[in-house]
Amino acid sequence: MRGNRPTRGSERKAGTVSQSAVQPTPASPTPEGGHLLEIRDLHVEFRTGEGVAKVINGVSYHLDAGETLAVLGESGSGKSVTAQAIMGILDTPPAVIRSGQIRYQGRDLLTQSEEQRRQVRGTEIAMIFQDALSALNPTFPVGWQIGETLRQRAGMSRGDARRRAIELMELVKIPAAANRLGDYPHQFSGGMRQRVMIAMALALDPKVLIADEPTTALDVTVQAQIMDLLSDLRRDLRMAIILITHDLGVVAGVADRIAVMYAGRIVEHADVRSLYKAPAHPYTKGLLKSIPRLDFQGQQLSTIRGLPPNLMRIPSGCPFHPRCPYVQQVCVDVVPHDLVLGDGRTSACHFAQEVRDDRAR
Amino acid sequence: MTAPASPPKKVRGEPILAVENLVKHFPITRGVVFQRQIGAVRAVDGVSFDLRRGETLGIVGESGCGKSTLARLLMRLEMPTSGAATLEGRDLFAARGGELRRLRRNMQMVLQDPYTSLNPRMTVGDIIGEPFEIHPEAAPKGSRQRRVQELLDMVGLSPEHINRYPHQFSGGQRQRIGIARALALRPEVIVCDEPVSALDVSIQAQVINLLEQLQDELGLSYIFIAHDLSVVRHICDRVAVMYLGRIVELGTEEEIYQRATHPYTQALLSAVPVPDPELRDSQNMIRLIGDVPSPANPPSGCRFRTRCWKAQDICATQDPDTVPRAADPHPSACHFAELREPASPS
Repeated sequence: MRGNRPTRGSERKAGTVSQSAVQPTPASPTPEGGHLLEIRDLHVEFRTGEGVAKVINGVSYHLDAGETLAVLGESGSGKSVTAQAIMGILDTPPAVIRSGQIRYQGRDLLTQSEEQRRQVRGTEIAMIFQDALSALNPTFPVGWQIGETLRQRAGMSRGDARRRAIELMELVKIPAAANRLGDYPHQFSGGMRQRVMIAMALALDPKVLIADEPTTALDVTVQAQIMDLLSDLRRDLRMAIILITHDLGVVAGVADRIAVMYAGRIVEHADVRSLYKAPAHPYTKGLLKSIPRLDFQGQQLSTIRGLPPNLMRIPSGCPFHPRCPYVQQVCVDVVPHDLVLGDGRTSACHFAQEVRDDRAR
Repeated sequence: MTAPASPPKKVRGEPILAVENLVKHFPITRGVVFQRQIGAVRAVDGVSFDLRRGETLGIVGESGCGKSTLARLLMRLEMPTSGAATLEGRDLFAARGGELRRLRRNMQMVLQDPYTSLNPRMTVGDIIGEPFEIHPEAAPKGSRQRRVQELLDMVGLSPEHINRYPHQFSGGQRQRIGIARALALRPEVIVCDEPVSALDVSIQAQVINLLEQLQDELGLSYIFIAHDLSVVRHICDRVAVMYLGRIVELGTEEEIYQRATHPYTQALLSAVPVPDPELRDSQNMIRLIGDVPSPANPPSGCRFRTRCWKAQDICATQDPDTVPRAADPHPSACHFAELREPASPS
């Protein structure tokens, strides 16, 4: 788990926020409004030699205890960067958090010191990554790596850490856990490696697990096993999960709510059933129509024309307007606000209701 | 998919590529100076199929099942341990020199990763035109630039992009460049190895539609290797399911997706997440236990028996052939081949 190496200078700087945006932190630790984790109007940009890429442009979402929120988007939509900002593991530079708040149990993480954030990382919010092989250290046995977290952070003795590591490996259903403690990451299959990483993330009993494309590198049968495991863990440990993915099938299977990202914004936010039934943003609608379905045959695949925007030159108005079949002049001129559609649904489209009610296109 | 009139003598539907019992074992050696073989990875272990003119044959399976090795064998990037393949009746593995060049001209490949399969130091025009250096007879020197522009236009890129470099294009556009390069020599067969799996969902549909449109226009035959079963269903006429170096089931798109008789195919299909939350609880998924065994040491008898819920004693002793079964008349390599009941199988 990357969160175990707080000495990297880049991480220490991750918490810096431009002063204008800093809000006074409430003294009481009780969650305000009841949300376990809440992101408010986050802006992140990457300053590179070629210019400034506006990667996150006002992202807000929240997570309650025990629920699964899916953050869906294509590459470059900013879904992983948001997660890295929550964890405080953004590489700064080039990343700069321009403004916004990340409130965990009512406290704004972005105003905290690196030492305070380290207390949150792993114990409160943990993260698993897509590529377990590169997230694990190839030169140490997995038992030692799981135990490292426990020794360093929970102050356990080597023997206790070892026993707890076996328990954790059993929790994530690694067969013959005690015998595999001394094995190195390369001796595990892809699915088992992902389980090892989940075991490490669970070591300090976090309340929030951020899963960044946890099954993208896995085969379908193994993907089904890992998604089952995550569902079981959420139920048994009362954990909240942020599932970051591009796979509409995976989302449909496990998520309670879904936030769709495009060009660094949440363009649509809804509970899963109503979003799949009647998407209220043209981008979501286009995505759902462009995936081939296993249970339908011979459908014509409709496509979303054009390309995702260059984040250094985000189009004016609605960033989706050059690709949108519903585009009007207002879309070119005015950035759409989140339109509230009821039932907690929002859509950042000037024509959200028309899009939702239009079944023809 | 309706094909326009094919060139004369080339009947749509007749076999263009025939593969017979193809085997590729990679030796595992020990020792530095005196290497001795201590085993073999049986990447492809007895694969037979036909590819018919104008059709798309899908090859699906999980990682390590040998589908990419099969593609490399068909492109003659590897020589097989045993077995044969013929392209339009000519032996693919016996061909040498000029004959091999002619065979290769007729069979091209589209690769998975559009970022590493294009040389970053060559312009798009040079990349697409490079096949003409090896096969100068395919386009006379004077007409090459025009042909490259034609190809760019065919795959939906602007002919003016001929002097740009790969990094100036997005992933989907790069995959179009890879497709243009594969089309340059007017091949009849194209082997697509995971052509859309590196692309974003919204771009994936564009490339799939392009491949289908090119097939209609040019009468191409595709071997479409992929792990995404939904994409394969969409694009393929027939599908071969591979497991540990073998084809365990082979049939038309309908036979595989509606009337699969092999337990592995059934499990694979049931594990594909359906993008519809309403079906969440009714998906009736078969959960396979464990991982694919190592192809260096496959199980005796049926290779799938270690993960199969139907396994009996016979499965450990007798290797089932991929032959038509009583349950449904398409080839399936299972002693207990049967259609999946709508109710839970386990």
